[in-house]
Amino acid sequence: MYGFLIAVGVLFLLSIIWMVYRIQTLVSVVKGSDKKIASSSNKVNAILFIVFLLAGGALMFWYSIKEFDNYTLPLASEHGAVTDNLFWITMAVTGVVFIITHILLFWFPYKYQYDEKRTATFYPDNNKLEVIWTIVPAFVLALLVIGGWKAWSDITAPAPENSEVVELMGYQFAWEVRYPGMDNVLGNYDYRLINEVNNMSGVDFSDKNALDDFSSPVVYIPKGEPVLFKIRARDVLHSVFAPHMRLKMDAVPGMPTRFWFTPTLTTEEMRVELGNDEFDYEIACTEICGRGHFSMKKIIKVVTPEEFKKWKAEQKPYIVNNPALVENLSVELKELADITISEHK
Amino acid sequence: MATASVASHSAHDHDHDHEHKENFITKYIFTIDHKMIGKQFLVTGIFWALIGGFLSILFRLQLGFPDMDLTFLKPLLGGWIDDGGKLDPNFYLALVTMHGTIMVFFVLTAGLSGTFSNFLIPLQIGARDMASGFMNMLSYWFFFISGVIMFISLFLENGPAGGGWVVYPPLSALEQAIPGSGMGMTLWLIAMTFFIASSLLGGINYISTVINLRTKGMSFSRLPLTIWAFFLTAVIGLLSFPVLFAAALLLVFDRSFGTSFYLSDIYISGEGALPNTGGSPVLYQHLFWFLGHPEVYIVLLPALGITSEVIATNSRKPIFGYKAMIISMLGITILSFVVWAHHMFVSGMNPFLGSIFMFLTLIIAIPSAVKVFNYLTTLWRGNLIFTPGMLFSIGLVSFFISGGLTGIFLGNSAIDIQLHDTYFVVAHFHLVMGSASFFGLMAGVYHWFPKMFGRMMDARLGYVHFWLTFVGVYLVFFPMHYIGIAGFPRRYYSFTTYDFSSAYTDLNMFVSVAAIITFAAQFIFLFNFFYSMYRGRKASLNPWRSTTLEWTTPLHPGHGNWPGEIPAVYRWPYDYSKPGANEDFIPQTVPLSATPESNLPHEQELVKLEKEIIAEEGEVLVANESKES
Ligand code: HEM
Ligand SMILES: [Cu+2]
Ligand SMILES: [Cu+2]
Repeated sequence: MYGFLIAVGVLFLLSIIWMVYRIQTLVSVVKGSDKKIASSSNKVNAILFIVFLLAGGALMFWYSIKEFDNYTLPLASEHGAVTDNLFWITMAVTGVVFIITHILLFWFPYKYQYDEKRTATFYPDNNKLEVIWTIVPAFVLALLVIGGWKAWSDITAPAPENSEVVELMGYQFAWEVRYPGMDNVLGNYDYRLINEVNNMSGVDFSDKNALDDFSSPVVYIPKGEPVLFKIRARDVLHSVFAPHMRLKMDAVPGMPTRFWFTPTLTTEEMRVELGNDEFDYEIACTEICGRGHFSMKKIIKVVTPEEFKKWKAEQKPYIVNNPALVENLSVELKELADITISEHK
Repeated sequence: MATASVASHSAHDHDHDHEHKENFITKYIFTIDHKMIGKQFLVTGIFWALIGGFLSILFRLQLGFPDMDLTFLKPLLGGWIDDGGKLDPNFYLALVTMHGTIMVFFVLTAGLSGTFSNFLIPLQIGARDMASGFMNMLSYWFFFISGVIMFISLFLENGPAGGGWVVYPPLSALEQAIPGSGMGMTLWLIAMTFFIASSLLGGINYISTVINLRTKGMSFSRLPLTIWAFFLTAVIGLLSFPVLFAAALLLVFDRSFGTSFYLSDIYISGEGALPNTGGSPVLYQHLFWFLGHPEVYIVLLPALGITSEVIATNSRKPIFGYKAMIISMLGITILSFVVWAHHMFVSGMNPFLGSIFMFLTLIIAIPSAVKVFNYLTTLWRGNLIFTPGMLFSIGLVSFFISGGLTGIFLGNSAIDIQLHDTYFVVAHFHLVMGSASFFGLMAGVYHWFPKMFGRMMDARLGYVHFWLTFVGVYLVFFPMHYIGIAGFPRRYYSFTTYDFSSAYTDLNMFVSVAAIITFAAQFIFLFNFFYSMYRGRKASLNPWRSTTLEWTTPLHPGHGNWPGEIPAVYRWPYDYSKPGANEDFIPQTVPLSATPESNLPHEQELVKLEKEIIAEEGEVLVANESKES
């Protein structure tokens, strides 16, 4: 049915094009306008450029202003304020250039449309102008780059010592979250130890730092304190994207990466600010990774530092949930493990 | 040099007499005439543009109308539409991948460079043909084979490659990770190998032709900007495509021979740990983008060259800043090799590298800006004739500005953290690379159609085609900036999984509708193109009253281009509206000594030199005649 309708539509369209085409060729032959250098269409095209400029410009301003709150995401990290600022400065600078160049680009065609009585100005070069419009953009770009460079250096500087560490491991198609426990040191891992029943991230429990490591279905982090995401992947590339945190970093199999930041608003605070009780910070995957690429959602809960401490203390390490994990350890480690387990009973 | 070219001229003249004996196969299929090869590239490019465009309509349907029942596509797509009428997510990725690969390589590299470098280089520099007609033929047929293989891959049971047009491993290396990484990816790699071979054969030819076969008087400083652009494009291709080949080769090893160049520490669900260790997926990204970034200029420079030519001709004015244009193209050529890692700011590479590449990237914006200002100044106080070619050229400048400016955001690593791999990037490169180059291609077709087929395309259909496409492209790609700023990631099958990306369903629908209309508008062009080929108005010899050499050939130039001697060149290609001249253009073949009324002071001095050349020319003519008799 659809197929038939489409075929009819296409045929219809083609025949209209055909008719318009035949008629106007005949008309132009009769009028002899096919002999002229510039036909009357020249004027129409010139005017259309102006129409396009005005209509397009109006549409752009109208939509950009009307939708402003919808396309600017709420912000919840310290460095994000800096990068947002850079973004809007760049927007202002490039916006001005965009508008001026487009006014010229569409106004000139109107102003200088063909006229038999006029000749164009023979104006092959002007080195002074060339130098000016090499140096001015260079200077402006240099300013923009220096701002970006400063921000980039701060953002990518080593994380502060006291950062809360969270490990995010991407796999098809979800994120596995691991916390270092009370010692704030993540235990070693090895991809050969991965076991989908009880050791998703391949934690190596023969490292004593791993004994208090625990997993969480949600990324809990404290507001106002530096948080270090240690990022890795176990099958293909993924990328951690936390849009409200202005955070993005690829997850690479075989090469751990990192990104640290300081959240500025708890989930609760943001809910109040937005007047939306359902709001949650989200993590998405932004490196194509297969069928479920669009659905690797993870929630981030930003809480106050006190709540965070409390939450952390309540979490049960892997080995408490699964004592089998430490069965084969050396006697020494087994003792340590037993202590950890009994502490959490 | 002089004697060599004389010898080759007369040898070619000789061939001429036998030209009539060409049969269908040597004339249209295994031809070594650069003009026919150019047309072969063009028609093949158009074919691929239709396929690539159609694929994008399919995935735009999914994005714009996620709830739509697509059962009516079942006859075409079979199992890729499930029983509920939904597109399969794996196939969605395959569509995106094939769309990107086809558009970037088959349409905008082969379709653009292949067509116009082939068609125009010999005609505009005054040569009988390419340096090696045979290699040129191979170049087309390798491209053709590449296309056949890629086409076959569309119909594989497991679908074509699906890892994005950049085919990053490990995804592209592991069949277990996505079905497209099986046979589909194998065929992708084979097709690209042929494609690279084709590009290299073509590129070597373009370079050697431009260097060696210029007619008398055609110094580098008298080359039309089109030729400069094709020449530099070929240089970029020659230096960067081999690196893509290396990247692909290592990927083949990883896929088929158990090596670990890109693979390390991988665990496959349900299968267990793989033995590979020590490889680096980031290595692949470096190698890929070492081609990938230059590639964007391979695609863009020819379009800019065409635009320069078309704008100058139809403004009846010299291109403003001829030297500055060449210098900026040279700058872009060199710089395009040192900015690749701006695609990898958040790939996990050393952040210090990020800083370096941010500086280098913003430097490349400067020559781009210079080019824009020069185009604007060329329009200023011109006497503009809006042929369809001219309209498309102005459109190109607009896209180049819009898309180039967003590059300044993305080149700033701090800002790119948020924007990377969102729709903002999609908007950026579709404007600056996709649409700008596509418009360059269109401008070229409308402008040189009379030379290709001896007939005119219909101008009014051209206007309609232009306005629908120009407005359409903006309606499709401009809104993507908003959803990009809002954080919508690329290559998503659906946006409703997340709260932050669940808005803008209306805008996505709007974009999809605009895309369908824009795609439909291309059929106006198709009709115009094929109809005019046979039934169009007969063209005059120089319909745009242009100065360059190709318009001195007969209406239907034979193999060898000029029936007699190749004309010599006495001036640069932009003598439009020269004060004192009778006409508003002086072809490159008109000696300075014939135009004392319009010569500039320094040109008056060249007149003497020129007289000597003409005298020499005369002697050669006499000598040839006596030889032949
Ligand atoms: C003003 C000069 C330009 C600058 C500063 C610039 C900068 C960038 C940057 C930084 C990216 C990476 C963004 C990201 O993935 O996060 C990018 C992407 C891209 N650019 Fe540009 N660009 C410029 C001009 C061009 C031109 C002239 C072209 C094409 C002819 C082009 C084509 C592309 C393409 C195809 C991509 C996307 C690649 C992908 O990830 O799939 N750019 N550009
Ligand atoms: Cu992923
Ligand atoms: Cu690039």
